[in-house]
Amino acid sequence: MTNLLTQGLDFQAQALSLRSQRQRLIASNIANADTPGYVARDMDFAQALRSATGLAGQGGSLVAASAQGGASNAQTGSSMAHAKHFALPSMPTAAGGVDDLLYATNSQTNLDQNTVDMDRERASFADNSVKYEATLRFINSSVRTMLDAMKSHNQG
Amino acid sequence: MSLLKVFDVSGSAVSAQSQRLNVVASNLANADTVAGPDGQAYKARQVVFQTELMGKSGASGVRVSEVVEDNAPGRRVHDPKHPAADAQGYVTFSNVNAVEEMVNMISASRSYQNNIEVMNTTKSLLLKTLQLGQG
Repeated sequence: MTNLLTQGLDFQAQALSLRSQRQRLIASNIANADTPGYVARDMDFAQALRSATGLAGQGGSLVAASAQGGASNAQTGSSMAHAKHFALPSMPTAAGGVDDLLYATNSQTNLDQNTVDMDRERASFADNSVKYEATLRFINSSVRTMLDAMKSHNQG
Repeated sequence: MSLLKVFDVSGSAVSAQSQRLNVVASNLANADTVAGPDGQAYKARQVVFQTELMGKSGASGVRVSEVVEDNAPGRRVHDPKHPAADAQGYVTFSNVNAVEEMVNMISASRSYQNNIEVMNTTKSLLLKTLQLGQG
Protein backbone atom coordinates (compact mmCIF):
# COMPACT_ATOMS: atom_id res chain seq x y z
CA MET A 1 0.00 0.00 0.00
CA THR A 2 2.73 2.42 1.02
CA ASN A 3 4.65 1.24 -1.98
CA LEU A 4 1.81 2.26 -4.27
CA LEU A 5 1.78 5.72 -2.74
CA THR A 6 5.49 6.37 -3.13
CA GLN A 7 6.17 4.54 -6.37
CA GLY A 8 5.31 7.55 -8.46
CA LEU A 9 7.53 9.74 -6.32
CA ASP A 10 10.56 7.47 -6.68
CA PHE A 11 10.92 8.17 -10.37
CA GLN A 12 10.71 11.93 -9.86
CA ALA A 13 13.15 11.72 -6.96
CA GLN A 14 15.69 10.00 -9.19
CA ALA A 15 15.11 12.61 -11.86
CA LEU A 16 15.61 15.38 -9.31
CA SER A 17 18.86 13.91 -8.07
CA LEU A 18 20.14 13.55 -11.64
CA ARG A 19 19.10 17.10 -12.47
CA SER A 20 21.07 18.42 -9.50
CA GLN A 21 24.04 16.37 -10.61
CA ARG A 22 23.84 17.84 -14.10
CA GLN A 23 23.50 21.31 -12.58
CA ARG A 24 26.78 20.73 -10.79
CA LEU A 25 28.46 19.56 -13.97
CA ILE A 26 27.38 22.63 -15.89
CA ALA A 27 28.47 24.85 -12.99
CA SER A 28 31.89 23.17 -13.20
CA ASN A 29 32.05 23.90 -16.91
CA ILE A 30 31.13 27.55 -16.40
CA ALA A 31 33.64 27.83 -13.55
CA ASN A 32 36.39 26.47 -15.78
CA ALA A 33 35.58 28.64 -18.79
CA ASP A 34 39.01 30.28 -18.56
CA THR A 35 41.11 27.28 -17.53
CA PRO A 36 43.58 26.27 -20.23
CA GLY A 37 43.16 22.69 -21.41
CA TYR A 38 39.86 22.07 -19.61
CA VAL A 39 37.47 19.75 -21.44
CA ALA A 40 33.78 20.42 -20.85
CA ARG A 41 31.66 17.50 -19.64
CA ASP A 42 27.99 16.70 -19.76
CA MET A 43 25.71 13.74 -19.21
CA ASP A 44 23.26 11.95 -21.45
CA PHE A 45 20.31 12.67 -19.20
CA ALA A 46 17.83 10.25 -20.78
CA GLN A 47 20.32 7.40 -20.62
CA ALA A 48 21.32 8.24 -17.03
CA LEU A 49 17.68 8.34 -15.93
CA ARG A 50 16.97 5.05 -17.66
CA SER A 51 19.82 3.30 -15.91
CA ALA A 52 19.03 4.96 -12.56
CA THR A 53 15.40 3.87 -12.58
CA GLY A 54 16.10 0.46 -14.07
CA LEU A 55 13.88 1.08 -17.08
CA ALA A 56 16.53 0.15 -19.61
CA GLY A 57 15.24 -3.40 -20.02
CA GLN A 58 11.47 -2.95 -19.98
CA GLY A 59 10.36 0.52 -20.96
CA GLY A 60 13.52 1.73 -22.63
CA SER A 61 14.14 1.54 -26.30
CA LEU A 62 16.29 -0.98 -28.09
CA VAL A 63 19.00 1.63 -28.43
CA ALA A 64 19.24 2.00 -24.67
CA ALA A 65 19.53 -1.74 -24.19
CA SER A 66 22.27 -2.10 -26.78
CA ALA A 67 24.13 0.92 -25.42
CA GLN A 68 24.12 -0.67 -22.00
CA GLY A 69 25.37 -3.92 -23.44
CA GLY A 70 28.19 -2.07 -25.13
CA ALA A 71 29.13 -0.29 -21.94
CA SER A 72 29.29 -3.51 -19.94
CA ASN A 73 31.36 -5.17 -22.65
CA ALA A 74 33.78 -2.29 -22.63
CA GLN A 75 34.04 -2.54 -18.87
CA THR A 76 34.87 -6.22 -18.85
CA GLY A 77 37.28 -5.72 -21.72
CA SER A 78 39.25 -2.94 -20.10
CA SER A 79 39.48 -4.17 -16.55
CA MET A 80 42.05 -6.42 -14.95
CA ALA A 81 44.63 -7.08 -17.62
CA HIS A 82 47.00 -7.98 -14.80
CA ALA A 83 46.36 -9.68 -11.48
CA LYS A 84 47.78 -6.75 -9.55
CA HIS A 85 45.52 -4.20 -11.23
CA PHE A 86 42.70 -2.88 -9.10
CA ALA A 87 39.36 -1.38 -10.06
CA LEU A 88 39.21 2.40 -10.14
CA PRO A 89 36.74 3.93 -7.72
CA SER A 90 33.74 5.36 -9.51
CA MET A 91 30.93 7.59 -8.34
CA PRO A 92 28.78 5.83 -5.77
CA THR A 93 25.48 7.41 -6.82
CA ALA A 94 22.49 6.09 -8.65
CA ALA A 95 23.58 7.69 -11.89
CA GLY A 96 26.45 5.30 -12.41
CA GLY A 97 30.12 6.09 -12.62
CA VAL A 98 31.84 9.29 -13.52
CA ASP A 99 32.92 7.36 -16.61
CA ASP A 100 29.40 7.70 -17.99
CA LEU A 101 29.92 11.40 -18.51
CA LEU A 102 30.50 12.67 -22.02
CA TYR A 103 33.18 15.05 -23.23
CA ALA A 104 32.32 18.08 -25.30
CA THR A 105 34.30 18.94 -28.40
CA ASN A 106 34.99 22.60 -28.95
CA SER A 107 32.73 24.44 -31.33
CA GLN A 108 35.33 27.03 -32.22
CA THR A 109 39.06 26.63 -32.38
CA ASN A 110 40.94 28.39 -29.62
CA LEU A 111 44.53 28.53 -28.53
CA ASP A 112 44.19 27.30 -24.96
CA GLN A 113 42.49 23.97 -25.85
CA ASN A 114 39.50 24.80 -23.66
CA THR A 115 36.28 23.26 -24.98
CA VAL A 116 33.77 25.23 -22.90
CA ASP A 117 31.31 26.96 -25.19
CA MET A 118 29.76 29.59 -22.96
CA ASP A 119 26.63 29.98 -25.10
CA ARG A 120 25.96 26.28 -24.99
CA GLU A 121 26.65 26.07 -21.27
CA ARG A 122 24.37 28.99 -20.49
CA ALA A 123 21.61 27.41 -22.55
CA SER A 124 22.09 24.03 -20.86
CA PHE A 125 22.12 25.71 -17.48
CA ALA A 126 18.83 27.52 -18.10
CA ASP A 127 17.31 24.35 -19.54
CA ASN A 128 18.42 22.30 -16.58
CA SER A 129 17.17 24.87 -14.05
CA VAL A 130 13.72 24.97 -15.62
CA LYS A 131 13.50 21.20 -15.75
CA TYR A 132 14.68 20.90 -12.16
CA GLU A 133 11.89 23.21 -11.13
CA ALA A 134 9.43 21.28 -13.26
CA THR A 135 10.40 18.10 -11.45
CA LEU A 136 9.90 19.89 -8.12
CA ARG A 137 6.40 20.86 -9.22
CA PHE A 138 5.59 17.32 -10.33
CA ILE A 139 6.57 16.07 -6.89
CA ASN A 140 4.64 18.81 -5.14
CA SER A 141 1.50 18.18 -7.14
CA SER A 142 1.58 14.45 -6.60
CA VAL A 143 2.05 15.02 -2.87
CA ARG A 144 -0.92 17.34 -2.96
CA THR A 145 -2.97 14.80 -4.89
CA MET A 146 -2.23 12.14 -2.29
CA LEU A 147 -3.03 14.49 0.59
CA ASP A 148 -6.30 15.43 -1.07
CA ALA A 149 -7.20 11.79 -1.48
CA MET A 150 -6.60 11.22 2.22
CA LYS A 151 -8.89 14.02 3.30
CA SER A 152 -12.44 13.20 4.20
CA HIS A 153 -15.17 14.69 2.04
CA ASN A 154 -16.56 17.01 4.71
CA GLN A 155 -13.21 18.46 5.73
CA GLY A 156 -13.33 21.14 3.07
CA MET B 1 22.33 17.54 -1.59
CA SER B 2 24.61 17.72 -4.54
CA LEU B 3 23.31 21.17 -5.43
CA LEU B 4 25.22 22.57 -2.45
CA LYS B 5 28.42 21.55 -4.20
CA VAL B 6 27.63 24.11 -6.91
CA PHE B 7 28.47 26.83 -4.40
CA ASP B 8 31.89 25.32 -3.83
CA VAL B 9 32.53 25.09 -7.55
CA SER B 10 31.27 28.54 -8.47
CA GLY B 11 32.76 30.04 -5.32
CA SER B 12 36.21 28.79 -6.26
CA ALA B 13 35.76 30.28 -9.73
CA VAL B 14 34.64 33.61 -8.31
CA SER B 15 37.64 33.83 -6.02
CA ALA B 16 40.00 32.85 -8.84
CA GLN B 17 38.50 35.47 -11.12
CA SER B 18 38.73 38.11 -8.43
CA GLN B 19 42.39 37.29 -7.97
CA ARG B 20 42.82 37.72 -11.72
CA LEU B 21 41.05 41.07 -11.45
CA ASN B 22 43.39 42.02 -8.62
CA VAL B 23 46.42 41.25 -10.73
CA VAL B 24 44.99 43.28 -13.61
CA ALA B 25 44.44 46.20 -11.24
CA SER B 26 48.00 45.99 -9.98
CA ASN B 27 49.33 45.82 -13.56
CA LEU B 28 47.27 48.81 -14.66
CA ALA B 29 48.28 50.78 -11.59
CA ASN B 30 51.93 50.15 -12.41
CA ALA B 31 51.61 50.74 -16.14
CA ASP B 32 53.64 53.93 -15.97
CA THR B 33 56.14 53.18 -13.22
CA VAL B 34 59.76 53.64 -14.16
CA ALA B 35 62.77 51.61 -13.15
CA GLY B 36 63.48 51.72 -9.43
CA PRO B 37 66.91 52.07 -7.78
CA ASP B 38 67.83 48.51 -8.82
CA GLY B 39 67.28 49.37 -12.46
CA GLN B 40 64.37 46.93 -12.73
CA ALA B 41 60.99 48.28 -13.74
CA TYR B 42 57.70 46.63 -12.67
CA LYS B 43 57.01 43.42 -14.56
CA ALA B 44 53.47 42.56 -15.62
CA ARG B 45 51.96 39.62 -13.76
CA GLN B 46 49.50 37.02 -14.98
CA VAL B 47 47.57 34.38 -13.06
CA VAL B 48 47.53 30.76 -14.22
CA PHE B 49 44.26 28.89 -13.71
CA GLN B 50 44.11 25.20 -12.95
CA THR B 51 41.20 22.79 -12.58
CA GLU B 52 40.70 21.56 -9.05
CA LEU B 53 38.82 18.30 -8.62
CA MET B 54 36.21 18.32 -5.86
CA GLY B 55 35.48 14.77 -4.83
CA LYS B 56 34.86 11.84 -7.10
CA SER B 57 31.63 13.11 -8.58
CA GLY B 58 33.02 14.94 -11.59
CA ALA B 59 32.58 18.40 -10.06
CA SER B 60 35.60 20.56 -10.65
CA GLY B 61 36.41 24.05 -9.47
CA VAL B 62 39.24 26.40 -10.34
CA ARG B 63 42.24 27.61 -8.45
CA VAL B 64 45.10 29.94 -9.25
CA SER B 65 48.09 27.62 -9.46
CA GLU B 66 50.72 30.35 -9.81
CA VAL B 67 51.27 33.98 -10.69
CA VAL B 68 53.87 34.35 -13.43
CA GLU B 69 55.86 37.43 -14.33
CA ASP B 70 56.13 38.60 -17.90
CA ASN B 71 59.81 38.82 -18.78
CA ALA B 72 59.44 40.95 -21.88
CA PRO B 73 61.78 43.98 -21.92
CA GLY B 74 60.27 47.17 -20.54
CA ARG B 75 59.20 50.08 -22.68
CA ARG B 76 62.15 52.48 -23.24
CA VAL B 77 61.55 56.16 -23.88
CA HIS B 78 64.18 58.73 -24.75
CA ASP B 79 63.89 61.53 -22.18
CA PRO B 80 67.28 62.83 -20.99
CA LYS B 81 65.68 65.32 -18.58
CA HIS B 82 63.90 62.57 -16.62
CA PRO B 83 65.54 61.94 -13.22
CA ALA B 84 65.47 58.18 -13.85
CA ALA B 85 67.14 58.41 -17.26
CA ASP B 86 70.22 56.25 -17.83
CA ALA B 87 73.54 57.33 -19.39
CA GLN B 88 72.09 57.24 -22.92
CA GLY B 89 69.10 59.33 -21.82
CA TYR B 90 66.58 56.45 -21.94
CA VAL B 91 63.94 55.85 -19.27
CA THR B 92 62.75 52.25 -18.79
CA PHE B 93 59.06 51.92 -18.03
CA SER B 94 57.24 48.75 -16.94
CA ASN B 95 56.34 46.19 -19.62
CA VAL B 96 52.58 46.37 -18.94
CA ASN B 97 50.44 46.37 -22.08
CA ALA B 98 47.41 48.47 -21.14
CA VAL B 99 45.22 47.17 -23.98
CA GLU B 100 45.90 43.56 -23.06
CA GLU B 101 45.10 44.31 -19.44
CA MET B 102 41.79 45.97 -20.32
CA VAL B 103 40.76 42.92 -22.37
CA ASN B 104 41.81 40.71 -19.49
CA MET B 105 39.73 42.79 -17.12
CA ILE B 106 36.59 42.56 -19.27
CA SER B 107 37.01 38.80 -19.61
CA ALA B 108 37.50 38.39 -15.86
CA SER B 109 34.48 40.50 -15.02
CA ARG B 110 32.23 38.60 -17.46
CA SER B 111 33.33 35.26 -16.02
CA TYR B 112 32.76 36.61 -12.53
CA GLN B 113 29.21 37.63 -13.46
CA ASN B 114 28.51 34.26 -15.04
CA ASN B 115 29.48 32.43 -11.89
CA ILE B 116 27.46 34.74 -9.67
CA GLU B 117 24.44 34.09 -11.86
CA VAL B 118 24.96 30.35 -11.56
CA MET B 119 25.00 30.72 -7.78
CA ASN B 120 21.87 32.88 -7.76
CA THR B 121 19.92 30.41 -9.88
CA THR B 122 21.09 27.50 -7.77
CA LYS B 123 20.15 29.34 -4.61
CA SER B 124 16.60 29.91 -5.79
CA LEU B 125 16.33 26.26 -6.82
CA LEU B 126 17.59 25.16 -3.41
CA LEU B 127 15.11 27.39 -1.62
CA LYS B 128 12.31 25.88 -3.69
CA THR B 129 13.62 22.41 -2.87
CA LEU B 130 13.43 23.25 0.82
CA GLN B 131 9.72 23.94 0.41
CA LEU B 132 9.12 20.58 -1.19
CA GLY B 133 5.83 19.02 -0.19
CA GLN B 134 4.43 22.16 1.38
CA GLY B 135 2.30 23.38 -1.45
